Amino acid sequence: MTTLLEVSGVSVSFDGFRAINNLSIQIAEPELRAVIGPNGAGKTTFMDIVTGKTRPDEGTVIWGERSVSLLSMNESQIARAGIGRKFQKPTVFEDQSVRENLAMALKNKRGPFDVLFHRKTPQGGARIREIAEEIGLADDLPRRAGELSHGQKQWLEIGMLLAQDPRLLLVDEPAAGMTPAERQHTTDLLKRAARTRAVVVVEHDMEFVRRLGCKVTVLHEGSVLAEGSLDHVTANQEVIDVYLGR
Amino acid sequence: MTRPTPSSVRKYLGGARGGSAPSPGATPLGGARPFVMRHPSVLWFLLALSAFTLGVTFLSDAFGIGLLSTSFVKTLGKTLCLCLVAIAMDVVWGYCGILSLGHFAFFGIGGYAIGMWLMYARTERIVEASLAEAPLPPTEQEVIDAIGVQIFGVVGSSEFPALWAFADSLALQLLMVALVPGLLALVFGWLAFRSRVTGVYLSILTQAMTLALSLYLFQNDSGLRGNNGLSGLQNIPGFEAVPQSVISIVFLWASALALGLGYVLFAWVVSGKMGSVIRAIRDDEARVRFLGYHVESYKLFVFTLTAIVAGIAGALYYPQAGIINPAEIAPIASIYLAVWVAIGGRGRLYGAVIGAAFVSLLSSWFTGGGAPDIPLGFYTIQWTDWWLVLLGVSFVVVTLFFPKGIGGLFDHLVRKDP
Ligand SMILES: Nc1ncnc2c1ncn2[C@@H]1O[C@H](COP(=O)(O)OP(=O)(O)O)[C@@H](O)[C@H]1O
Ligand SMILES: [Mg+2]
Repeated sequence: MTTLLEVSGVSVSFDGFRAINNLSIQIAEPELRAVIGPNGAGKTTFMDIVTGKTRPDEGTVIWGERSVSLLSMNESQIARAGIGRKFQKPTVFEDQSVRENLAMALKNKRGPFDVLFHRKTPQGGARIREIAEEIGLADDLPRRAGELSHGQKQWLEIGMLLAQDPRLLLVDEPAAGMTPAERQHTTDLLKRAARTRAVVVVEHDMEFVRRLGCKVTVLHEGSVLAEGSLDHVTANQEVIDVYLGR
Repeated sequence: MTRPTPSSVRKYLGGARGGSAPSPGATPLGGARPFVMRHPSVLWFLLALSAFTLGVTFLSDAFGIGLLSTSFVKTLGKTLCLCLVAIAMDVVWGYCGILSLGHFAFFGIGGYAIGMWLMYARTERIVEASLAEAPLPPTEQEVIDAIGVQIFGVVGSSEFPALWAFADSLALQLLMVALVPGLLALVFGWLAFRSRVTGVYLSILTQAMTLALSLYLFQNDSGLRGNNGLSGLQNIPGFEAVPQSVISIVFLWASALALGLGYVLFAWVVSGKMGSVIRAIRDDEARVRFLGYHVESYKLFVFTLTAIVAGIAGALYYPQAGIINPAEIAPIASIYLAVWVAIGGRGRLYGAVIGAAFVSLLSSWFTGGGAPDIPLGFYTIQWTDWWLVLLGVSFVVVTLFFPKGIGGLFDHLVRKDP
């Protein structure tokens, strides 16, 4: 296990409100990590910073074995460097088919002319079917993504993440709005993905986090409150006070 | 940074067609059949366009039974050019979501670029003919000076501005038709997209560009004859003996060819993966960035390509119109273009064609006095005045109740699958 992502001393304020306060987190490769914390703790903002959506006021975000700073890169460069993201609210391209959504995410050259002259390959088609299989949408490839159920959209977005073949997956509340069976499937998907890569999952549901069976980071008011196994952090008095005990 | 994975390694080693045979149910490989064959709507469009062009030819004065006047043939030829700029507008707005209200400026620039050669070459012939009668053969400088007086006399000048440096060369001015709109779009787009100007702010910026350009052209010292514009463009140098009835058909064919090629080009661009990415940018550009696509490059590509096509459309339009002046580039023209596309149905190329053809022909009918006035007793509706009101109301109605436009109705009839 080597460190893949190193966030240190990061702070960000919105109109004077410190959403992230001297936050430091390290993620190894491969690793499965759960990030929990009360609403407004800064979990989504943490992902915004790593993916280039939000620029921090202070701190560093270092990536990969060559220790490049993500803060000097834009969103698409960061994505191409190998960071994929699933949003809290499922965002798939509703007007396009499941296949088109996956094809767009599929790891390929991303320049306009590469895309313009892109030709479908049997390998690409096979990979799309393989992913569709994995996310349970094998029969839905020609369907418009907008017609999918909420849970299916969540999966499609996870599928798009897998298609990107990133080294780090940032997954924001993947199980929101899912049935227990769907949650179970999602847990399996994430655990499988984490065998070869780094996966960071933000989730509220303790049962879900328990099933992930991984190291847990508790965020509170923009910084790390506790870190360790789920049993370890849930025994922490501070965590109980600010999060569990309410 | 990229980590080779088994699948990507296989892909690169296997090449596009190598490796194992596709499993059953695999998507058929693109490219096996020609593009138009795989897209029946493109084929249908090309057939309809050919039938239209042949039909007009057989009804024309020059090559047919003479049912259509030369001026009407020119109107139809111009309409084809408007359809071409409309599909460009549809690609940039309907597919890529950039509401450019400046594409008619690119159209006008194309017209000016070809107009400069037309005017220069024709004046040169006239001047040479008249100087030939002089006792001494004229020097080259005398010829150029005389052309300058002829062209720029109306703005009280006789000097050739630097802008006209290539006006004597048809090849170079044809290059300018594509190059000038393309470069302007590239620079403007780069500045705007790089700063992530989007939505209504971008529309306002494109209007500002258009306004600045037309105000500049209105000045007498712009080098392009101020508000006089360029005229006599219907006279093609070297073909003075050919009657306008024949020239009108030649331009009709050239316009139809350009529209057909433009349609195939854009249909190809908006199909497949490029189309997928472009529509995704329209629907949620931030999300596309997180997939690793550099959204700004895509917008710049689409903006520039459509500007070039708009320039070509303009270069075919103005020789049929005979005159171009700065009023053509007025900001309102680009707004009309958006209205055509909205009424025709954006996000479908044939919708843009329907919108442009329908609205522009209707517009010339109404404003040309073709539509009978409606006496209401207390008031008489004169369509020359009320046409714009009707157009505005139609635009509002279409936007509110038929967001897919006329092309959307077409969809219902044609589409078999739900
Ligand atoms: N773009 C923004 N502008 C202003 N405030 C923001 C913005 N993004 C997040 N915040 C604030 O930062 C805090 C952390 O938000 P967030 O990261 O979404 O929390 P979580 O995902 O842990 O629920 C919240 O109080 C939120 O209101
Ligand atoms: Mg959140």
